[in-house]
Amino acid sequence: MNRLDTIEQFQTWRQTLNGEIDENRRRLLVCDGTGCRALGSRQILLSLQEAIQRAKLDASIEVVGTGCPGFCECGPLITIYPQRVSYQKVTLEDVSEIVAKSLVGDEVIERLLYHDPQTGASIKNEPDLPFYEKQERIVLDFNGRMDPHSLEEYVSLGGFTALAQVLDSMSPDQVIEQIKAAGLRGRGGAGFPTAIKWRLCRDNVLKEGTGYIICNADEGDPGAFMDRSIMEGNPNTVIEGMTIGAYAMGVNQGYVYIRGEYPLAVDTLKDAIRQANEAGFLGEKILGSDFSFHLDIRLGAGAFVCGEETALMASIEGRIGEPRPRPPYPAQEGLWGKPTNINNVKTWATVPIILRKGAAWYAGIGTENSKGTMIFSVVGNINNTGLVEVPMGITLRELVYDIGGGIPNGKALKAVQIGGPSGGCIPAEHLDVPVDYESLKSLGAIMGSGGMVIADEDTCMVDFARYFMAFTQEESCGKCVPCRVGTKAMLNTLERICAGEGQPGDVEYLEELGEEIKRASLCGLGQTAPNPVLSTIRYFRDEYEAHIVDKTCPAKVCKGLITYSVIPENCTGCMVCMRNCPVEAIQGAKQEVHTIDPDKCTRCGMCMSVCKFDAIMVT
Amino acid sequence: MQVSISEIHEIINKEASGDGSLIAALEEIQARYRYLPPEALILASERLGVPLSQTYAVATFYGAFSLEPKGKICIQVCMGTACHVRGSPQLLDRLETQLGIKAGETTRDQLVSLERVNCLGACALGPIVVTDGDYSGQMTLSKVDRLLKSIAKSEAEA
Amino acid sequence: MIRLTIDGEPIEVQEGRTLLEACREHDIPIPTLCYHPALKPYGACRLCVVELDHPSGSSKLVASCVHPCEEGAVVRTNSEAVKRNRRVTAELLLAGAFDAPEIVALAKGLGVEEPRFRMEESESCVLCGLCVRACDEIVGVRAISLIHRGMAKKVATPFEISSATCIGCGTCVLICPTGRLKLSDVTGYRGVHPWDNTFHRLYCRVCDDEDLRETRLQEATDLIADMEASE
Repeated sequence: MNRLDTIEQFQTWRQTLNGEIDENRRRLLVCDGTGCRALGSRQILLSLQEAIQRAKLDASIEVVGTGCPGFCECGPLITIYPQRVSYQKVTLEDVSEIVAKSLVGDEVIERLLYHDPQTGASIKNEPDLPFYEKQERIVLDFNGRMDPHSLEEYVSLGGFTALAQVLDSMSPDQVIEQIKAAGLRGRGGAGFPTAIKWRLCRDNVLKEGTGYIICNADEGDPGAFMDRSIMEGNPNTVIEGMTIGAYAMGVNQGYVYIRGEYPLAVDTLKDAIRQANEAGFLGEKILGSDFSFHLDIRLGAGAFVCGEETALMASIEGRIGEPRPRPPYPAQEGLWGKPTNINNVKTWATVPIILRKGAAWYAGIGTENSKGTMIFSVVGNINNTGLVEVPMGITLRELVYDIGGGIPNGKALKAVQIGGPSGGCIPAEHLDVPVDYESLKSLGAIMGSGGMVIADEDTCMVDFARYFMAFTQEESCGKCVPCRVGTKAMLNTLERICAGEGQPGDVEYLEELGEEIKRASLCGLGQTAPNPVLSTIRYFRDEYEAHIVDKTCPAKVCKGLITYSVIPENCTGCMVCMRNCPVEAIQGAKQEVHTIDPDKCTRCGMCMSVCKFDAIMVT
Repeated sequence: MQVSISEIHEIINKEASGDGSLIAALEEIQARYRYLPPEALILASERLGVPLSQTYAVATFYGAFSLEPKGKICIQVCMGTACHVRGSPQLLDRLETQLGIKAGETTRDQLVSLERVNCLGACALGPIVVTDGDYSGQMTLSKVDRLLKSIAKSEAEA
Repeated sequence: MIRLTIDGEPIEVQEGRTLLEACREHDIPIPTLCYHPALKPYGACRLCVVELDHPSGSSKLVASCVHPCEEGAVVRTNSEAVKRNRRVTAELLLAGAFDAPEIVALAKGLGVEEPRFRMEESESCVLCGLCVRACDEIVGVRAISLIHRGMAKKVATPFEISSATCIGCGTCVLICPTGRLKLSDVTGYRGVHPWDNTFHRLYCRVCDDEDLRETRLQEATDLIADMEASE
């Protein structure tokens, strides 16, 4: 397309686009995000396109690959517009039936609809699914509703109107005032007020004459994937947000620092940046104004610590990702020593929405001190794994049971871990706490990036803490002593406890070390690394004691403390476990009760997973 | 895979004429050869004006870089929380025992490299095992065995 | 001038000073390991932490070697929180370098005799980074760097073989606080360890310098030739 040279041209183009859109056009939206792709959605999409062509429907029905709408549990997802009929867990075999019945005809395929696990009743339309009902989708609004590669579609949905309005009639100060009035806080973890950060950076850019902005898309928390989904599903909102931010701070160069492990997000974002440059939303003299902004991508090379802002900047500069002490803060001396502002993907993605819909509207969502919505990736022992966007202040109970659909297999909830390796767990008794920055902090967790892991009664909290400690220990850059050696000492202690070699005093040692590591470490990684351990000690001290004193693992997880054995009454002597045991620890013969040699057994659980008669037990 | 000096030169020259980013150049060489040949580090240092000690530090700091050649097939086990909760450590255990190597190593016949990867963000499908870029979700111990058998079979045929 | 309070005493320092420099100027003792006055501060060993009071009543620990003096700051260098934290850090240092006499002495000075956790092997190197920074900032050859990360981090030459850029000056050895780096000067040769760089030693007949390297000799010869030519 031709580059837009004035704001009027943009408005005209937008009106033309809107005029071309038929609200009742038939479209088939197929989730093409990483999650559904892993389930084969790409093949389904291609096969649907072929089938539609064969049925000569390609003139009237468009097949669109979209970003992730969030309901990963039920993927691959297909939604038929305009009725928004939602088909789930679609397979390649379903393609011809979908085309024949629902596209050629007007029939709904009952089998592919969502069925309420409790009542069994089917739900036809996407908005009526309980998974979406309690959500307030602002940032994720366009995700799953449009083709992420189509700039036109983003614009027709209202995209880049905020940028046009900013360039047309707002001063940088006015933009910052709007962000302040909206009460936006950084979505990357600590929740620092965004407007203060912007103001500080702007003041320094004015003094220095130059500066940078960065989008932190180095989403590394295990179990968090919302940043990836936004970039895959709606990359333009990040671009628009950053361009507005650059204007507000007087900056002409920006970088998106994105994880190399997200190839699809990288490609989608690259394509969007190329199109935005061509159309005049990026580059020199944006929309004919005097403002220029260039945006480039930098790939992370596999180091979790680069999510820390000073390490991230070192990495962009081509050095090892070692954090450095603050002050000076990035707003004072950042990338290549210049004033720099770093915000998370979600924060940037929220900016255009605030300006489009108004600061007062945004501030009306959420709680007194935590405005707006928050995106969580809900994973672990939960029925509806996926990505949800909810107003701040919603309770954990609503999140887990109403949206998440509760715990599978009738198990009881034990704890909700929030904030990944920097966060903490919240036990079942605090489920009615409203989710916001302050209340989570008071319970020993953090909002963090929004990773939420649901742990059921079969989860060993000591093992859980050990998992997170192993993660941070592995990812410690090794620069400062408390983090490098301290996390190793904590991990070593946890490993001993899990192996049944815990000693009295271990819990107190962990607490002492944890507190001092938090206070002494150089960067956020070390300063938060002990949190998962400290919070599990706070709420599940008895589990630690059971491991150390009674030498038992109540959840029957820790290998050093459990024994696998055969229940003679149930064993039919089918020899399946024998054949599958990788270490030949099972003896027996056909139709004779088998036995497990505890000395040979490596507690891999293979026998239990293959036994069809529930004849293996763990004690 | 044969390392071509002229090809490495080309990659580095392309980067040098742009931003001159060391990490971007190494990323591209890694993507091409699946490891960083020593020649590449030396050339990158000279061409981009970075001391070799610095280049070597960068090459060993980041998890995406490898200084050892990788096997023909790369098996990755996701170690994200959701996969962990659903049993990925057992899968890794199994792969390590069956292949006789530890995560991060390559079998002696240079056929298979085994890696742990941080969260791939396909949490709903955990545990995830990725074989040469292909995701397999909801993996089990027996599916892992089948995967290894099929690799061995296709190798025997080839 | 900046005015602040350290350990209850009002103190004035020049702008741009770190807390550690202010303390040293006023003879307030602070233990350090990765700090050297000739090098840029690094902030890695965390032994030099001090407690910085916030007006709200809370306080935090900061590494004094890198933290600037701020107007009106209230600093405590020897509070219980500081002592407790330094003890844990010293204990962790000792965990990895339990047979390095310097670290044992340093830990003892802070009240730590025996670490509750020990690494399997004593590495002697505490990754203070002094050698790497000295090689960069003072000598300017950057022959060594910190490679790998986390527990695997170590000081090494590229590819961990003898380095072509090392000039055998021995600065890294002199600055190493634990004795991990060593020089071996034997007749005719100098070795820098552990990276086994060896240098042929020449003898200067004028100044008696024993460590004149062949390349240096060439440089000096060239320099003299240049000077003569310009005259």
